[in-house]
Amino acid sequence: MQVTAMDIYRLLPQTNCEDCDEPACGEASCMAFATKLSEKESQLELCTELSEEAFAKLEALLAPAVREITIGTGDKTITIGGDEVLYRYELTYYNPTALVIDIADNLDDAEFTERVKNIEETEFERIGEMLTLDAIALRNASGDAVKFAEAASKLKNAKLPLILCSFDPVAMKAALEKVGDGRPLIYAVNEANMEEMAALALEYNCPVTIFSPNDLEKMKQISRTLREKGINDIVLDPGTFVGEGIGDSLDDFVMIRRLAVEERDDDFRFPILGIPALTWLYEKDEVQGGIKEATIAATLMNKYADVLIFHGTNIWELIPVLTLRQGIYTDPRKPQAVDPGLYEFGEVDQNSPVLMTTNFALTFYTVEGDIKGKTNAYLLVLDTEGRAVDVSLAGGQLNAEAVADLIKETEIEAKVDTRTLIIPGLSAPVSGEIEDESGWNVLVGPRDSSGVPGFIEELKEKS
Amino acid sequence: MDKMSQLLKLLEKTDYIEINEFRMDFEELELQLMPAVQRVVQQAVTKQAAVQETMKKMEAIEFAPPIKDYPGEVAQVQLGAGSRKPVYLGGQQALYRFEEPQPNPPVVTFDVFDIPMPGLPRPIREHFSDVMDHPGDWAKKAVKDFGANMVTIHLIGTGPKVMDKTPRQAAEDIEEVLQAVDVPLVIGASGDPQKDPIILEAAAAAAEDERCLLASANLDLDYKKVAKAAVDYNHAVLSWAITDINMQKTLNKYLMKEGLTQNDIVMDPTTCALGYGIEFSIDVITRTRLAALKGDKDLQMPMSSGTTNAWGSREAWMKNDAWGPTDYRGPIWEIITGLTMMLCGVDIFMMLHPLSVQLLSEIGSTFTKEYLTTDSPDISNWITELE
Ligand code: B12
Ligand code: SF4
Repeated sequence: MQVTAMDIYRLLPQTNCEDCDEPACGEASCMAFATKLSEKESQLELCTELSEEAFAKLEALLAPAVREITIGTGDKTITIGGDEVLYRYELTYYNPTALVIDIADNLDDAEFTERVKNIEETEFERIGEMLTLDAIALRNASGDAVKFAEAASKLKNAKLPLILCSFDPVAMKAALEKVGDGRPLIYAVNEANMEEMAALALEYNCPVTIFSPNDLEKMKQISRTLREKGINDIVLDPGTFVGEGIGDSLDDFVMIRRLAVEERDDDFRFPILGIPALTWLYEKDEVQGGIKEATIAATLMNKYADVLIFHGTNIWELIPVLTLRQGIYTDPRKPQAVDPGLYEFGEVDQNSPVLMTTNFALTFYTVEGDIKGKTNAYLLVLDTEGRAVDVSLAGGQLNAEAVADLIKETEIEAKVDTRTLIIPGLSAPVSGEIEDESGWNVLVGPRDSSGVPGFIEELKEKS
Repeated sequence: MDKMSQLLKLLEKTDYIEINEFRMDFEELELQLMPAVQRVVQQAVTKQAAVQETMKKMEAIEFAPPIKDYPGEVAQVQLGAGSRKPVYLGGQQALYRFEEPQPNPPVVTFDVFDIPMPGLPRPIREHFSDVMDHPGDWAKKAVKDFGANMVTIHLIGTGPKVMDKTPRQAAEDIEEVLQAVDVPLVIGASGDPQKDPIILEAAAAAAEDERCLLASANLDLDYKKVAKAAVDYNHAVLSWAITDINMQKTLNKYLMKEGLTQNDIVMDPTTCALGYGIEFSIDVITRTRLAALKGDKDLQMPMSSGTTNAWGSREAWMKNDAWGPTDYRGPIWEIITGLTMMLCGVDIFMMLHPLSVQLLSEIGSTFTKEYLTTDSPDISNWITELE
């Protein structure tokens, strides 16, 4: 049930700004603006010609199937939700799943500081993007309100937004008194604490989670009740069962999202939260636990989790999950490409080697990572419309003529004396043709670009 | 604070009071407390009434699971016959378990090779180094020690640039594996478009009536020969297209023209590994399964995943201290690659690492159960219980 440009156009002024000097929306016509809005590439606020009523109607029409919710404030803000479709190929998914690490309020000072630092500093670079964690979940493990509040104060200056986890409204209030102005996510409302938690969410204007394990009817009831109280920033936790119960959790997640997207059921149009950390209730072995936790996280991320709380912090466990997130949340409408042309690495001169690769983002950044700081070279990046080496070879975008043109266009011949091009090992089948077409010598490099610095070293030794 | 004012303080925060075991000095109560208690009780009652009002409203809200009707269904393919215990793939009539549990759980087939494969990643070699010289022993270990539902024998050695084994030698290897285990087999060749059909034909003849899956037919080789071998010797065919739903449709149509039916074909829409285009596979596989349930006869076959592609990813094999040990990264890479495909509808997985196989199967086995029929632990106190 995606909104079309026509649906939007009907509610716009349809005047194409006849009376204004220049369309404030920045588009040539109302229809063009409608198209942009339907693709989420413009903001409704830009049109200055809307009546209050039309604006309200349009706002409701444009509201995503899943409400967008912010956690945190200022430069410590993350946004979750915002999705419109069940399958990414239909459009794209919005707002990557927030990856959160828990911290217990009863850790001693040193451990606490160490863990926060670890969470803040976790990073992994992939395809030119620095992948990091998004928030910290403070867990009222002590069951003690004072301890919880103290721990919350310690997190006031943390670099990431917070989730406060306690079912005890007294503890929640104590913590909110310390950090409530930072818009933490309250976790969680259940049937027993509903009135008090709802009051706190309203008092501190914080988003709030509903915890209703394996009971979507109860979840719907609580959601409706909260909404009637005027609470709109809601996150849903239908329970994460990490053993055989994972089948139920998957069903719960899928049902919630299907109700939101296909049936526009207002009680379920909210982001979903999963807790792979629960793995550690049953698994104490660090390696087994880490592998299982990553597995559960990947399962839930594939089926619509918008927030995931982890307990394990080992990088080998987080890398696969961060990578999955990066893949799922790429926009299928846009090729993952970098600008083609000439790139320089390190100190280059007229004797530096010349390498060639394609402009697929994954390929380019992999090669870049392998040579940056490790060797000095020129890199010619061929426009393959964002395709990998063997893909573009198979599809014909990587061909001798294209490479010869690239050599001319980049004017590399004016920069180097050599006329030798090092091509990827996988493109060996066209090496002869490239020689004929460009007049350069071609050297077939290693199959994997991690071998490039070594390959260049060897060349130097030989000459 | 004296006892009484303590009690009063307590009462202020309470929504309701139980007067079951309420004992105190009557005089004291009457003199000092009665008015105060009355007030608190009154407040509590009003509050309670409001809560009850909400509860009543809440109870009136009902929930119906969002179940859909699907005009089409996935064909069921039997693998294994004759001396094999059969395994069934496909047969789904709905997309999700809460709509209709699938009749058959996802199946894992362990990769076994006809040559020792020194190039396999270390975390895998570790488990199989003692049996790599004999495909029969290798297959046996996969089944006995690691619970494989099936075994894939890759006849890599038939590659002209590998060992150039003859069709006859290939047939012998197949016989060795058939003797060693009683699970169904997938038979893979070396990937050489000229030689593969000949090898698959010889292997198919050697395994007559055992209903193996011949891997694979694609548009770059003599798929007619592969299809004919399957029809002649009673096997199924893996129909492989490279992340392209139209290519898949075309190939399936061609294969059915050669005499195969929906129940003799398994599709391989290509598994791009985690981090190496997994999103392309997600899209193609999702679209394929949705098309099947909508009734597209050319796409209603079960699907297969070459999950072992995951081991080609750098993050799975490359040594890098900043990324942690490959012993853990590798298996997780394989699990997440397979799992993601499984959640999009894939039915059979070609895999290498025992732990990956185990975790994938655990999750897959829930697909045949009804919603809310498993005993789940109480997690309502996780916040304090987690260590
Ligand atoms: C994802 C994928 C796709 C995606 C595209 C992704 C993209 N944007 O490129 C899609 C689904 C669209 C696709 C389409 C096709 N694909 Co495709 N695809 C793949 C897959 C799974 C991964 C490719 C990838 O991302 N590699 C990762 C990048 C980083 O690798 P790379 O660019 O090669 O870079 C490495 C090396 O080349 C080297 N390197 C790079 N630069 C340099 C530079 C120097 C100097 C040196 C020394 C080294 C070096 O180091 C890098 C890191 O290791 C591969 C199989 C596989 N596992 O490799 C098949 C594969 C490449 N595809 C294949 C085919 C046949 C196709 C199609 C023709 C099929 C079709 N449907 O028609 C189309 C072609 C489309 C087109 N070009 O028009 C075949 C190619 C067979 C062959 N060699 O001839 C493969 C190998 C699958 C197979 N086993 O058959 N594909
Ligand atoms: S600003 Fe509003 S009225 Fe003017 S062209 Fe844009 S959409 Fe139409």
